Amino acid sequence: MSTAIEHPTYNYKVVRQFAIMTVIWGIVGMTVGVFIAAQLVWPALNFDTAWLSFGRIRPLHTNAVIFAFGGSALFATSYYVVQRTCQTRLFSDGLAAFTFWGWQTVILLAAITLPMGLTSSKEYAELEWPIDILLAVVWICYAIVFLGTVKNRKTSHIYVGNWFYMAFIITVAVLHIVNSAVIPVTMWKSYSVYPGAVDAMVQWWYGHNAVGFFLTAGFLGMMYYFVPKQAERPIYSYRLSIVHFWALIATYMWAGGHHLHYSALPDWTQSVAMVMSLILLAPSWGGMINGMMTLSGAWHKLRTDPILRFLVVSLSFYGMSTFEGPMMAIKTVNALSHNTDWTVGHVHAGALGWVAMITIGATYHMIPKLFGKTQMWSVALINTHFWLATVGTVLYICAMWVNGILQGLMWRAVNEDGTLTYSFVEALEASHPGYFVRWLGGLFLLTGMFLMAFNTWQTVRKDSKAPVADAAAQVA
Amino acid sequence: MSAFWSAWVTIITLAVIFGCTWLLLQTRKSEPYKEETEKTVGHEFDGIAEYDNPLPKWWFQMFMATIVFGLVYLALYPGLGNWKGLLGWTSTNQWEEEMAHADEVYKPVFAKYAVLSVEDLQKPENVAGLKMGQRMFANNCSVCHGTAATGAHGFPNLTDNDWLYGGAPATIKQTLLHGRQGAMPAWGAVLGEEGVRDVASYVQTLSGQESDPESTARGKTQFQALCTACHGVDGKGMQALGAPNLTDTTWLYGGTFEQITHTIRSGRNGVMPAQKNLLSEDKIQLIAAYVYSLSNK
Repeated sequence: MSTAIEHPTYNYKVVRQFAIMTVIWGIVGMTVGVFIAAQLVWPALNFDTAWLSFGRIRPLHTNAVIFAFGGSALFATSYYVVQRTCQTRLFSDGLAAFTFWGWQTVILLAAITLPMGLTSSKEYAELEWPIDILLAVVWICYAIVFLGTVKNRKTSHIYVGNWFYMAFIITVAVLHIVNSAVIPVTMWKSYSVYPGAVDAMVQWWYGHNAVGFFLTAGFLGMMYYFVPKQAERPIYSYRLSIVHFWALIATYMWAGGHHLHYSALPDWTQSVAMVMSLILLAPSWGGMINGMMTLSGAWHKLRTDPILRFLVVSLSFYGMSTFEGPMMAIKTVNALSHNTDWTVGHVHAGALGWVAMITIGATYHMIPKLFGKTQMWSVALINTHFWLATVGTVLYICAMWVNGILQGLMWRAVNEDGTLTYSFVEALEASHPGYFVRWLGGLFLLTGMFLMAFNTWQTVRKDSKAPVADAAAQVA
Repeated sequence: MSAFWSAWVTIITLAVIFGCTWLLLQTRKSEPYKEETEKTVGHEFDGIAEYDNPLPKWWFQMFMATIVFGLVYLALYPGLGNWKGLLGWTSTNQWEEEMAHADEVYKPVFAKYAVLSVEDLQKPENVAGLKMGQRMFANNCSVCHGTAATGAHGFPNLTDNDWLYGGAPATIKQTLLHGRQGAMPAWGAVLGEEGVRDVASYVQTLSGQESDPESTARGKTQFQALCTACHGVDGKGMQALGAPNLTDTTWLYGGTFEQITHTIRSGRNGVMPAQKNLLSEDKIQLIAAYVYSLSNK
């Protein structure tokens, strides 16, 4: 099918495989997301079928977008970036191929077991123990390939992008293994080794660091390569990258407790989580500043380059959601926002605005290079995709802000006799318009992904009309 | 927590915060350029260079401000191990204060109506009390009985005049305070499948439904031997036990042949949870008055 080229030094095969799967899993994950969003607008869409019900399909959506779409993007870009910035081939082609097939197997098993209702019930860690073990093995192989490649580098220093990728890979291994510690009862049923509140704390230590390391540190690694590369400008500040890297990884570790404000978690744990979440603001913004300021002197390129637009807008959403996060971690704000759609909106400001947008930008940058082209088949289509993604994200998060604040205020409203003014279902009814707008926003994003798939197909297929790069550029 | 864990928490928390501070100050001190520069640090990776720009000043100040806020917060509130915080705040005492405040403000509002009987609360001048009962019903009871109190499969409709345990004010209050435990035993093992179907046929005829005469005749004998103790000889039920009347068209678990056989074969265990430990007696009085009003308009 493809016009793939073999690079004399680098292993591009595994990068190509992961890059193509990024596009495919993006469509799958977002389709499921749009479907469950529609179920919240029109509940009859569960068709009274257990495996189509929201409770079963929602973890399928989160796993598909985070681990299948986001994960494939991280594998693809990290393998691409580490080879090019270390000027050496991957540590082991065999192990790299194993990580590809292993990762796809994990995703496939997730897609089968989650709708069957086989779940550990831990959010973002729903997979049962046999799949968890496979995942751990694949991940350790990933660490060996990546760290081995860094060790074999031909450059004197380790590029900042690779620090972030390394922090992401090592920490996710620790998080996954610790949080997935269970006692198996049968092949598809197990119980956590941690009791009660400890289990909750371990789960959210994992859960928030899944955001912090999988969805932030990993994607900052991506940002540190693709932004300066696409803008053709030096990174704004090396010093800033050092400070915000160490501060980010040190403070993220502590923030998870803010998911358990006003719960049975001891007071001291909640306070420390809140303080660390607030301190996290500056380290997070360090990454945004370093990306944004890298464009100084290259702002005019935004007029003609939709890939750069994806990258810059992703940084804006990153800045916005990492401001919102610390604010929501303040206990008095959390008292309003907790358990409302505001949280869902906040996650998607990060997941759609930051993670998906930077992934899409990076993939558009990478695909022509992996397949021997100078650019994608249609730049105009990238531009259309950009606007669909941006408008979709804005619709989504605005709908969830309105819903979240509405719910928070309705739940806490009391009459002069101290009774609650609204029953739960009244707040749910009031949320209905917001659910419709959210579904519409999701539909915009999904449409964009279909354009991306079409554009990718037109770029990589055998008789592609996309302009061919000359031989020198192909191996550069 | 033990002194060891307290020290452990305190030390690593402060180490992270002061570590960040040290890194910030150290980086600021070693900056060779205090303004934006075109100088890079010298390395290049796949064509990417890095400027040796200083930390943005506003960013540095924002970082320091969050650190200062964090340290002040950890001095005032519990956070550093066993340190209780200068304010003496705990989530438990915050909750107790809020509850005490609520009692102070709202108790008189309820006390005003609590002295009235359920019947008196139906009078037009007490409509505000009944409204309070309705709100509490919406928040505490509607999950099972529905917002309109019309019930659902397995949960009784409270708006008709058909009562499992009785609809007198004192009985309604008793139900709310202490709950109810409906127990229809499973007869599948005793009767066998054919016996279950025979009794179901007979039960259908009690409410005027058609069914096979031979089966009904057999079922009647079984019914009189096994079911009359609770449902009565005429099948009209017994409120003292919560045994439903089988001769009307109101069915808690459905009145089709299949549903009736299921009930006889496997039994039913309806639970109305006791509210006495969840709501004050003053509040229960108002909910009872509201429930009473639904079928006594």
